[in-house]
Amino acid sequence: MKQTDFLDNETLELLKQTGGSVMMTTIDDIVNWGRSNSIWPLTFATSCCGIEMMAAGASRHDFARFGIEVYRATPRQADVIVVAGTIVRKMAPVLKRLYDQMADPKYVIAMGACAVSGGPFFYNTYSVIRGVEHVIPVDVYIPGCPPRPEALLYGVMQLQRKIKGESLTVQKDWEKALSEGPLPHEK
Amino acid sequence: MMNNEALKSKIQALASDTEFVETGQYLTASVPYRKIHAICKGLKEGADTAFDYLFNLTGIDYLEKNQMAVIYHLESTEFHHIVVLKAIIPTRENPEIESLCDLYAGANFHEREVYDFFGINFKNHPDMRRMFLDEISDNIGHPFRKDYVDEVNIIER
Amino acid sequence: MTDTKTPYLEQQEYTINMGPQHPSTHGVLRFVVSLKGETVDKVEPHLGYIHRGIEKMSEKMTYPQIVHLTDRLDYLSAHINNHALCMTIEKALGVEVPERVQYIRTIMDELNRIASHQLWWCAFGMDMGALTCYFYGLRDREKILDIFEESCGSRLLHSYYCPGGLMKDIHPNFKQRVKDFLTYFRKKLPEYDTLLTGNIIMQERTKKIGLMTKEDAVSFGFTGPAGRGSGFSCDVRKHHPYAAYDKVKFTEPLYTEGDTFSRYKVRMDEMWESMNIIEQLIDNIPDGDYQAKMKAVIKLPEGEYMQRVEAARGEFSVFIVSTGDKSPYRIKFRSPNYCNLGAVHHLSKGFKIADLIAIGGSLDLVIPDMDR
Repeated sequence: MKQTDFLDNETLELLKQTGGSVMMTTIDDIVNWGRSNSIWPLTFATSCCGIEMMAAGASRHDFARFGIEVYRATPRQADVIVVAGTIVRKMAPVLKRLYDQMADPKYVIAMGACAVSGGPFFYNTYSVIRGVEHVIPVDVYIPGCPPRPEALLYGVMQLQRKIKGESLTVQKDWEKALSEGPLPHEK
Repeated sequence: MMNNEALKSKIQALASDTEFVETGQYLTASVPYRKIHAICKGLKEGADTAFDYLFNLTGIDYLEKNQMAVIYHLESTEFHHIVVLKAIIPTRENPEIESLCDLYAGANFHEREVYDFFGINFKNHPDMRRMFLDEISDNIGHPFRKDYVDEVNIIER
Repeated sequence: MTDTKTPYLEQQEYTINMGPQHPSTHGVLRFVVSLKGETVDKVEPHLGYIHRGIEKMSEKMTYPQIVHLTDRLDYLSAHINNHALCMTIEKALGVEVPERVQYIRTIMDELNRIASHQLWWCAFGMDMGALTCYFYGLRDREKILDIFEESCGSRLLHSYYCPGGLMKDIHPNFKQRVKDFLTYFRKKLPEYDTLLTGNIIMQERTKKIGLMTKEDAVSFGFTGPAGRGSGFSCDVRKHHPYAAYDKVKFTEPLYTEGDTFSRYKVRMDEMWESMNIIEQLIDNIPDGDYQAKMKAVIKLPEGEYMQRVEAARGEFSVFIVSTGDKSPYRIKFRSPNYCNLGAVHHLSKGFKIADLIAIGGSLDLVIPDMDR
C-alpha cells in the first residue's frame, strides 16, 4: 500500500520525532525490518472477535504472508498480544499477568469495539472494563463489531509501520522528551 | 400425554394448597416452597407423569411484594407434556429453599447460578458456591436483585 | 522395624490448572483438574471470565435492542438465538409473521448450523493435532459467510431478524448462491470424512472415551448433538416444531454408544440433514411481505412467555417475565453450553488428561454462551 493510502500519517511522524533527536541508523533499519516482518502473536481470544481472528489466519485472508507465521501458546515466546474480545473485571488481572510475562519488545493490538472502549456493553453493566487501555498500554486500535479480517490486516500493517519508526539506541522516555521543551514540529 | 385437568389433579394430590394459572402457554402451578422437593419427586417417579427432564430453572426478585421466586420448567421425555412450577419464597432476607440436585443432576449448575445472582440459598446442595462472580476481589453483592446499586461500575442510561 | 509396609513413594493427588488462556482457543474457560498420575479424578470448571451481565443489562433496554445482544451470546449460531427472541416477542403479542419470513428464517438457521459445525470440525481437528482440518473447514465456511454478507450485511453477528419479520428482504442472488453452495458442499463433505473420520489415530482417541448413558443425559439436561450421541432424542425441531420445520422431512441422527466418536458422527450427519432441509425449502419460498405490521414501541402484555429453539449446540430458550413495560422485568436465557458443561466431570472421570481435551472438543463449548 502506498504511504498516502494510509490514515494517521501525522501520528507516525510525531512518534518518530518524540522518540529522540537521533537519526535512524542502518542498524536500526535492519533490526526494525526484522522485527516488524515477523510478529508472532499470543493465542488470546475472549469472544466473538476471536473467530474473525481465526478467519484472518485461514486460507482466504492468510496473514502468514505478513509475517504472522505461527501463534505461540506461551507469552514468553510471543511478540504481540491481540486482545480480541471483551475484557471483564475477573479477567483483567489475568491479562495483566500475561502482558507482564511477555518479553520486550512487546506490542498490543486492541481488536474490536469491546477492547477499544467497551463496545455494546458500555452502559448498564457492572462487570465490563470499558476499554483494554485501562489495563495495558495499547499500540493500535481496530474498531468494528466484529472487524473484518481485512481490518485486522490493516491494523497489523499500521503496527509494522510503527515498529519501523523505533530506534535501538534511544530510550523512549515520553515524559522526559515532552518536558524538555517544545517538540520539533512545534518549534 | 396427560391433559391439564389430569396434571392438575396429580399436583393437587401431592400438595393441596397450590394455585393454577392456565391462561399462559403452559400449565403454571404456584406451589408452597417448603414442599417443592416432595412434589418434584412425586412428579418424577409417577408412572403416568414421568417428568424426568428439567430444562430451565430461573430466579426472580419481586421487590414490591417483598418476595423471591424460583421457577422450574419440567418436561417428560416419554409423554412430552410440560408443566411449570413456581415456588414463591415470602422473604427477601436470607431466602432458603430445598435443592433438587438428587433428583436432577442438571440442577447443580442452575442453582449455583441463582445463588450467585440472587442470594437464594439451596439446602442440601453438594457444592453451594458462587459460580461467575468473585467474592473476594470484586466485593460484589447479589447483582440481579432489583435494589442493587453500584455507582462505581455501572454507567446508567 | 515395623510390620506395616510403608510405600517408598506415595501417590498424591496433583492439581493442575488449565488456565483461562490456553491454545485450544475455545475461549476463556478455566479447568482445575486433579489428577492421580495421568488419570483424571476431578474436573472443576471456573467460569465468569467473560461474564458481561447481559440479562441484567436487558432490563434497561427495549426489545429491539435486546436482539443485538442475543447475537453475542453464542456467536456461532447467532441467527438461531435471534430467532428465539423474536419468536417469543411475536408469540406474546399474538403477531402472525408472513410465510415468506418463516421460510427465509428456516433457511438462514440451517445455513448457520452448517457454518457452526464447520467451525467445530476445524477446532476439533486442531485440538487433537490435525492442523489441516483448520484450513479445509474455514475455506468452506467462507462460502456461507459470503451468502450472509450479501443478504444480511455482515459476516458474523448479523441481527438480521427483528420482531415481526426481517430487517430487509433477501438479495435477488440469494437463491442461486445457496443452490451453488449446496452442489459445492455435497462434493466437499466426503473429503472431511477422508481426512479425519477414518484416521486411525482419531478413532483410537475418541472411541469409548467420555461415556454418557441416556438416563444421565436426561438428568443433566445434556441436549443437542452431544445428547443425541447418547440416544437422548431431544431435537426441538421435531418435538415442538416452529417456523417452517413442520413442512420439511428430515431425520434426527441418534447413536447409542454415548462416546466421543458418536458425538462426532452426529454432527457430521447433521450437516447432511441441514443440506436436505435447505434443498426442500429453497425453491418454494412464497412471495409476500418481509415484515408484519408492528407498533413503533413494543410493549409486551403482562405475563410469562417462553420459546425454545434448537441451536447448533443444544436447546436454547428465552424466558421473559413482563409487567407491561417496554423492557422486560426479567429475561432468562437457558443456554445449552452451560448445561452441557455440568456433565464434564461425569464424562471425564477415570480417563487420561489427553482425553479431557478430546471430550471438551466433542462437547463444542462456546464460553460467552455459558457466562452470558
